[in-house]
Amino acid sequence: MSIRYGLLSLLERRPMYGYQLRQEFEASTGATWPLNVGQVYSTLARLERDKLVEVADSDGDTLGDSSQRVYAITAEGRAEVRTWFATPVRHSSPPRDELAIKLALAVHTPGVDVHAVIQAQRTATVRALQEYTRAREAAADDLSWLLVADSLIFAAEAEVRWLDHCETRLARAARSRQPSATAPARTAAREGARS
Amino acid sequence: MSAPVLELRGVGREHGHGEATVHALDGVSLAVAPGEFVAIMGPSGSGKSTLLNLAGGLDSPTHGDVIVEGKRLGGLTRSSLAQLRRRAVGYVFQSLNLIPSLTAVENVMLPRELDGIASRRARHEALDALHEVAMDELAERFPDDMSGGQQQRVAIARAVVGARRLILADEPTGALDSQTGEDVLRMLRARCDAGAAAVLVTHDARHAGWADRVVFLRDGILVDETAALPGPESLLRTSPAE
Repeated sequence: MSIRYGLLSLLERRPMYGYQLRQEFEASTGATWPLNVGQVYSTLARLERDKLVEVADSDGDTLGDSSQRVYAITAEGRAEVRTWFATPVRHSSPPRDELAIKLALAVHTPGVDVHAVIQAQRTATVRALQEYTRAREAAADDLSWLLVADSLIFAAEAEVRWLDHCETRLARAARSRQPSATAPARTAAREGARS
Repeated sequence: MSAPVLELRGVGREHGHGEATVHALDGVSLAVAPGEFVAIMGPSGSGKSTLLNLAGGLDSPTHGDVIVEGKRLGGLTRSSLAQLRRRAVGYVFQSLNLIPSLTAVENVMLPRELDGIASRRARHEALDALHEVAMDELAERFPDDMSGGQQQRVAIARAVVGARRLILADEPTGALDSQTGEDVLRMLRARCDAGAAAVLVTHDARHAGWADRVVFLRDGILVDETAALPGPESLLRTSPAE
């Protein structure tokens, strides 16, 4: 995905070694998406093949040792970065969402309490939100990281809102299946008093 | 661990009688330590606001005990309960309840003056509290001449004036925009980091994210809570966010 464009964007700043690119990528995104060094060099090899980067300098006779090379962006690489920033990220094929699949299956799997599944997820997601909030406050002067942290926070909030919505939908579905005579009197009285 | 500022022991609150009895809260136990920020989440009608009203002595439980700063509220006379409410507990509500004919500083002084503190000292304390919420420069403004966010800051200053140790907040960010709402939560967080205890009622997970602990209410029952957070060193590196 965006490792290719991430590395190219970083090379817009200045030529860098592979290990520097890895460090700068992680620094820019708060180490939220760690890169392994192998990914960096294999991506750089493809970028070089496609003439989007070139070796600007290498320490002595280091043919084949990519860790000793300084990479620089080419004119074609610059054009590629411009195109990337100008093109919206597509949502046409949504990534597989394990949680949505889990809930969709939970409602029809015998012996599974879908409310318990929802609450366990809600607790876990709110806890993640607490960690993201704390992490964001701890690094409040780093604008790149603030944006990434906000993205994680808003996504987690949206997930909790969706879980709340699922519960409401389940409650409605249950009510329409069961006439109120079968509902316990206490619950009926409660809901009546609050609606 | 130091003694809790607020403790609920098996607290229940019922409305009505017989078949029509509504259990607004049912056997809830909760302790909030000094310096702790607890958020209460739950759907409408889950008992969040009832819990907050009981914690602040604005309502009495049908069962169980509410203990604030070691004092069982049920055992207090009317006047000592009123005194405890004024001196130990600060409230921030969604409706700000600022008095429109009083300036910002006069609004914040009011609870201290009601407490018999001399006007000069009450004013001094009020200005300190306004300074803490970055509103000291607008101390002489009337509520109508302030934005919603500014009014909310004054309401928070009024809730914390005189170093009250328990802050109870019910959806305090109300209709504020997300940045101003965040400032309000940052202030609550700062008060807790300075040693106060706070209980925040909210339906917004992003606000609950500021708390040390989040408890979930459903139909008047405490159904779950988030585990304690690890130290700041772990942060995101151990989270499954890859």
